[in-house]
Amino acid sequence: MLRALPGTPGLLRTCTRIAMLSSRAFTACRTPVATHQRKVQHQQRQPLWPVQHAHRFSSSALLSKDVTVTFIEPDGNEIQATGEEGTNLMELAHENDVDLEGACEGACACSTCHVILEDKVFDSLPEPTDEENDMLDLAFALTDTSRLGCQVLLSSDMEGMRIKLPSATRNFYVDGAKPAHH
Amino acid sequence: MKVFALLSPTIRNSSTRRLFSVTPHRDTNIAIVGGGAAGFYTAARLLSKTTDTTIDIFEQLPTPHGLVRYGVAPDHPEVKNCMTKFDQVSSNPRVRYFGNVRVGGTLTLDTLRSMYSGVVLSYGASADRQLGIPGEELVVPARRFVAWYNGLPEAQGLDIDLRRVDRVVIIGHGNVALDCARILLTDPSDLASTDITAQALSALRESNVKHVEMVGRRGPLQVAFTTKELREMTKIPHLRILCDRDLVASECEKWASFVDSSRSLKRMMDLLMSHAGKDGGEKSFTLSFLKSPVEVTERGVRFQVNRLDGPVDQAKAVGTGEYIDTPSGLVLRSVGYATTPIAGAPFDERRRIVPNIAGRVTHNGDVVPGLYAAGWAKRGPVGVIATTMQDAYRTGDAIIMDITNGHLRSGLPRDSVDEGLRESGVLESCVTNEQWKHLEAFEVEAGRRVGKPREKVTSVDRMLDIIGV
Repeated sequence: MLRALPGTPGLLRTCTRIAMLSSRAFTACRTPVATHQRKVQHQQRQPLWPVQHAHRFSSSALLSKDVTVTFIEPDGNEIQATGEEGTNLMELAHENDVDLEGACEGACACSTCHVILEDKVFDSLPEPTDEENDMLDLAFALTDTSRLGCQVLLSSDMEGMRIKLPSATRNFYVDGAKPAHH
Repeated sequence: MKVFALLSPTIRNSSTRRLFSVTPHRDTNIAIVGGGAAGFYTAARLLSKTTDTTIDIFEQLPTPHGLVRYGVAPDHPEVKNCMTKFDQVSSNPRVRYFGNVRVGGTLTLDTLRSMYSGVVLSYGASADRQLGIPGEELVVPARRFVAWYNGLPEAQGLDIDLRRVDRVVIIGHGNVALDCARILLTDPSDLASTDITAQALSALRESNVKHVEMVGRRGPLQVAFTTKELREMTKIPHLRILCDRDLVASECEKWASFVDSSRSLKRMMDLLMSHAGKDGGEKSFTLSFLKSPVEVTERGVRFQVNRLDGPVDQAKAVGTGEYIDTPSGLVLRSVGYATTPIAGAPFDERRRIVPNIAGRVTHNGDVVPGLYAAGWAKRGPVGVIATTMQDAYRTGDAIIMDITNGHLRSGLPRDSVDEGLRESGVLESCVTNEQWKHLEAFEVEAGRRVGKPREKVTSVDRMLDIIGV
């Protein structure tokens, strides 16, 4: 089922991106972000910067292009998502209610935003860093074109790209399943 | 199998009442025993896929988050970012947090099961696997060392003097062992801006530890740690990394197709071979293989040398009768945690988990209605936060399925639940989410003054003082 969701308004995305780039520098001193309750029934997505701060930034001409891609959830559900160049795929997924996790919030410290890219897109990207590869080592259902969504930035030549979410279920209910590392 | 009496539908306490509703979505309430990652991720799943279900999380410490707070290393702050999601869960109006409440004390599991539609056991693995050798009492469990530097109140009395230790032996080849090695060998000034406790930082500043040897009973291809943590050792400036390179090379050659078929193992062996034996400064980190401890004394550890038997992915360590004595001022054991039983629930003594199928607790193979398990209590003490997240989601899905199919009865309304909690003595000393946030604000402010993300309060009495309980 194809459903086109409106992306977050461009201004908010710009503000979110600016705020995130500066907030990344303080990841080591991160404190839990103050939460606000939302009456949504699906998984709550917390932007890396509280939404109310976005209004302090004045609007500016957006020089970055918008790029539209399609996420394919494990059950086959397709979600079209539009984001600005430079947005990472994890944020883009979250902005569009795609069922992708992000436990460490984009810090390359987990494997929960694991996505599977098309061959040609994967090949066109620079090699993952050692740190990203270390995390991918732990990802479930790893493929040859797997990347961490938080480490891949949208670019205009990704227009129309299709991003597959790996099936997340392991055989946890099977007794004697092989233990994972910890 | 522990004797377990199935709770009958009749109520023991005559002042409570039971509603058996045929409308599955009404009045469903879930109690979660254990406020760590598994408990919070189960709650998150329930919140996202139900509209009315309310959730009460019970945690024995005043502070929530379990090993995310007390297990993850201080120099891994990004791993703790998952706490943001946990905060979203606890501030949801459908969720209540009850800290400083030990289920199995005055509040029993049976009482919870009489008041809630369902109860989730996510109480983790609080015990330690032993070596079972003479001198064990001289060995410090790695989890206690970790808990000490992470501020767990009951671990603050750890009696070790790092000024008198030159060489540490850590028994175990997992990530917890590597965390301990890294904390012991990192320059303390690099830890000063983390949330390591002030007491631990001061002890590490005065430490004379120069050498850490991490010993495993099997070989390089059977290590349990992951490449990220090994890479962090290679990034400690001037640290010499030592291991038997010939052994690593010969194992990799002997089992070449196995190594090549495993991306993670291949990368790890490449990393090890490219760093082991390089020059450095005074401090060293040694990865030792094929040694099992047989005795610990004040002087150090006696090991028996092993050889490997069997296929590489099921290799067994077999003693050769040759022994090696290793002097050491401090011996840590890091050979795994263990889940313990909770009164009122079944327990599989052999596998040391709460028996379950896909998160539904079972007793002698039959599903126990309304009782679930998530996290290490369910699967055993293995896995990172991401693993626990997926596991908790599967348990959450099982609960949601049961709610949707009408298999879960309604729980008591909130005021009756509170009456039951009051009778169990819980309400007068419990810590609410608001109170926890107040304590956290105190810790963050204290940390801010010294350039740390937080300065943890390390005694329960002090925590309750600050909160005003």
